[in-house]
Amino acid sequence: MDDLLSEFLTETNENLSVLDVELVRLEQNPNNPELLSNIFRLVHTIKGTCGFLGLPRLEKVAHASENVLGKFRDGELTINPEAVSLILQALDTIKSLLAVLEATEAEPPGDDIPLIERLNLCAEGKLGAPAPVVDAAPPPPPSAPAVAAAEERPNTLDELEALWNSIPGPATPVPPPAPAAPASTALAPRAPEPTPEPAPSQDLVVPEPEPVAAAKVPVAATPVASAGGAGHANDGNSENATKESAVAAQTIRVNVDLLENLMTMVSELVLTRNQLLQILRSQKESEFAAPLQRLNHVTSELQEGVMKTRMQPIGNAWAKLPRLVRDLAHELNKKIDLQMLGADTELDRQVLELIKDPLTHMVRNSADHGLEIPAERVKSGKIETGRITLNAYHEGGHIIIEIQDDGRGLAIDKIKQKAIQNNMASEIELASMTDQQIIQFIMKPGFSTAAKVTNVSGRGVGMDVVKTNIEKIGGTIEIKSLQGRGSTFVIKIPLTLAIVSALIVECAAERFAIPQISVVELVRAATDSEHTIERLKGTPVLRLRNRLLPLVSLQELLKLDDNEASTKTEDETFIVVTQVGTYTFGIMVDRVFDTEEIVVKPVAPILRHIEMFSGNTILGDGSVIMILDPNGIASATGEMAVADVVGKETTAVQTQRQEDKMALLLFRAGDGAPKAVPLSLVARLEDVDVATVEMSNGLPMVQYRGKLMPLVPIDPNFMLGKEGRQPVLVFADGDRSMGLIVDEIVDIVEEKLNVQLAAERPGLMGSAIIAGKATEVIDAGFFLTQAYKDWFGSGTNDGYEEEKLHRVLLVDDSPFFRNLLTPLLSVAGYDVTAVENANDALALCEAGEDFDVIVSDIEMPGMNGFDFAEAVRHGSRWQRVPMVALSSHASPRDLDRGRIAGFNDYVAKFDRDALLYALQQTLTDHKGAA
Amino acid sequence: MSNAKLPSTVRKSKGDDLVATGNQDYVTMTIADQMFGIPVLQVQDVLGNQRITRIPLAPPEVAGSLNLRGRIVTAIDVRLRLGLPGRSKDKPGMSIVVDLRGELYSLMVDSVGEVLSLTNEDFERNPATLDPRWREVSTGIYRLNGQLMVVLDVPRLLNFTTVETA
Repeated sequence: MDDLLSEFLTETNENLSVLDVELVRLEQNPNNPELLSNIFRLVHTIKGTCGFLGLPRLEKVAHASENVLGKFRDGELTINPEAVSLILQALDTIKSLLAVLEATEAEPPGDDIPLIERLNLCAEGKLGAPAPVVDAAPPPPPSAPAVAAAEERPNTLDELEALWNSIPGPATPVPPPAPAAPASTALAPRAPEPTPEPAPSQDLVVPEPEPVAAAKVPVAATPVASAGGAGHANDGNSENATKESAVAAQTIRVNVDLLENLMTMVSELVLTRNQLLQILRSQKESEFAAPLQRLNHVTSELQEGVMKTRMQPIGNAWAKLPRLVRDLAHELNKKIDLQMLGADTELDRQVLELIKDPLTHMVRNSADHGLEIPAERVKSGKIETGRITLNAYHEGGHIIIEIQDDGRGLAIDKIKQKAIQNNMASEIELASMTDQQIIQFIMKPGFSTAAKVTNVSGRGVGMDVVKTNIEKIGGTIEIKSLQGRGSTFVIKIPLTLAIVSALIVECAAERFAIPQISVVELVRAATDSEHTIERLKGTPVLRLRNRLLPLVSLQELLKLDDNEASTKTEDETFIVVTQVGTYTFGIMVDRVFDTEEIVVKPVAPILRHIEMFSGNTILGDGSVIMILDPNGIASATGEMAVADVVGKETTAVQTQRQEDKMALLLFRAGDGAPKAVPLSLVARLEDVDVATVEMSNGLPMVQYRGKLMPLVPIDPNFMLGKEGRQPVLVFADGDRSMGLIVDEIVDIVEEKLNVQLAAERPGLMGSAIIAGKATEVIDAGFFLTQAYKDWFGSGTNDGYEEEKLHRVLLVDDSPFFRNLLTPLLSVAGYDVTAVENANDALALCEAGEDFDVIVSDIEMPGMNGFDFAEAVRHGSRWQRVPMVALSSHASPRDLDRGRIAGFNDYVAKFDRDALLYALQQTLTDHKGAA
Repeated sequence: MSNAKLPSTVRKSKGDDLVATGNQDYVTMTIADQMFGIPVLQVQDVLGNQRITRIPLAPPEVAGSLNLRGRIVTAIDVRLRLGLPGRSKDKPGMSIVVDLRGELYSLMVDSVGEVLSLTNEDFERNPATLDPRWREVSTGIYRLNGQLMVVLDVPRLLNFTTVETA
């Protein structure tokens, strides 16, 4: 049957039974306006729904009844038993029609003109006579006495009275049909009650009432009505009567508390079932096995069934949204089309309640912040009407809700500004972040990008609350945004809160549960498997499909002391790859058991502050275990780490787009932040056996490729160990080399460098954010002089080079590169002068400075490298000075362009050897030419 | 909870009688040879040695949690709470389960003794010189024959915020 129809039947049947009672009460209290308007409303509802569903016959009857009731309500008619009976009669007709409707899904043919006529008559204040009442018996042939009564149409009161006198006779004998008997007997005692009341009212309707008659009428009227009904039921329609209530009985209203209670009990049952199964597993053969299996199935089905009672379509949470959006559209002068898909997706009532507000908030946000005003939309080539789409669907035990708008998207620049304004991040930090990471700021407390606080949103208490609420119910939220194209919020929430599926793991002999929702995959890492855990200065990482996955040791995180003599050693570790929002990390555990359905119970208040746990539960074996909260773990391991991973993911894609990217060698040495040195400066990485280190001239040395290589520690107080191996970075030039002692080589990364030149310590060029961490960029030149006091400028002093040093003019806008290349070129035996732009360089030219070669960057603010070269070549004093271009763009086209502009050579940035070679070549060529 | 309440209501009527005569019932227990008492009406259960799940990162006084007929009970090591050294591992202890605002807590003690009905005349306020940690969790002292019994105040015993700030 059509859902709508069955709902209508249920509702109407419910209403009708209320009406029956109410009408009777009305009869007793004709002056109760509240009662009357309630009845009127109920009938009106029935009429309305009938009309809506296209049930004209029902509608007509209801309409006529409503008319009568309307007159009552307006005081135009006085309530009298006849009228009430008439209406009851009409209700009975409706009931019988409904019964047919339920059986056949269609209205029975025919009409109820006699009944309607009488109702109309009644409404006009000319209540004919009770006889028609009898006549009004529903379409199926009325019972014999009723028909007899109907045939005569008595008009006078006398006749009426006579009729009434005659009717009780047949009415009482009617009993043979079983259903009628209780009906009439039940009604009989009730009938006398109204007698005193209707008496006065009778005056209006019937001209000369005789008290006796008036008193009798109500008494009789009711039995007649019911007799009619009974007769009708008797006419082979008794089945209908039972069916009539069948639909009504299909749904019942149950107190939510009762359901909640039931749910709790079922949860406990599930736990007990699990316990029993656990016991069973340990016993090979048991006579309990079979009954337990049954118990298992029954419990599962019971659980499922009870869960269903709590399920509600998500549409319930959306019900208010169309109105909200309409009002918003009006208020904000926008045109908004709200589309709701998957409104019938069901989820737990409790969850539904909890996401209602966040959803409303987000839709409001989309309407206010996301969508543009029509004019703006037209300007950017969109249709005037903005669209907000809500989409809900199931996906693997979770509900996914998407809130999508086709508006302007999140304004990355505004978010950046705001983040700086609110001291959430520095400009440098932001520069190294991807858009995706920047978007995450809108989830931070106190953040709102709406330019002004509107009625609607922009108070900055929004998205963080949304995020908190969603996380509270174990959900996650993701944001996708495309500038100018709109943004999408994806909420992933568990179907239910009460029972969750969790992975049971063990760490340091303790077991923990991890909600399955956040587990992406499991990886076994062992020395003999393809996955091995590598350590970067003690920080474990795992290579997983060409990506480095940061690992969190549960043991360290929870400060578990491994006093169980650590039976589990490093040779086998399981990694639970967990995802929280966009952050993916691995949790290292010793063992992984299976997944189990667990009932989440809140932890004791004194433990609520531990954010690593979302609750605790009792496992099948009766032991209590803690449920880990991936959100808590993620935030405990640091949001910067989040940035790191996402950053790497996206940089891989964007490598080509970014300019000043260079390879950096990351290492650790001494304490403090990780350190970095441009890879181009490092000749080799070596692992020196400490035993081979000799002391010479107060410096540690090793024999390296037949020569002595001094070793220089970064930390002057560093003492070499007695044994083991020591990693060193080898810097070489010509036949000289030196080793920089480091603790550990961490990684090589391609990063855009933003160096903050705040080196307060010698040997440091400054700090930069590399791989999401503050990293000290070391000044290689400083350490070179540590090894060889005479490294720089050695040529002039001891005739290392016969000629006077070649003077190099370095033009580069980046302070970092000037600082990087100056020592590099100095090391190579050049006398370097560095300036930050072409104008300064030309000023030096004017000032009469002379250089042997000019090395210039191409991309510079103001005058770029090409223009500079042209300026130098055309009529400047330096027009014969060779020039080498330095650029990250080293395509053949760039090369040509460089040649045309006047550069002698073109070198890709960061290519140390190429630059040195190019310089040498250029100088030689030039000399030769000169 | 409802099933657990049944016996306590029975006791209650008895307790009320005794209050009228100036008597109070206490469940006694021993921790490091010192006798302590908890009003009998606050006690839900007395347990023997239980398997306890450790809770990482919890305050040291929280020994862990245990399953009491399907309810999760937080176990508190009263020794540590009172600033005493922990119980040696080989000695099995006992626990008294109390209810605080709907949550169950299991107080781990060395042993649980009998229920004593004590007259108010023997009650005395804490001596001012008592160890502050004890004073904080105790409502007073009963002078018994041959020994003293410290009355523990359960809500204060389970109030850890004061411990953290101290």
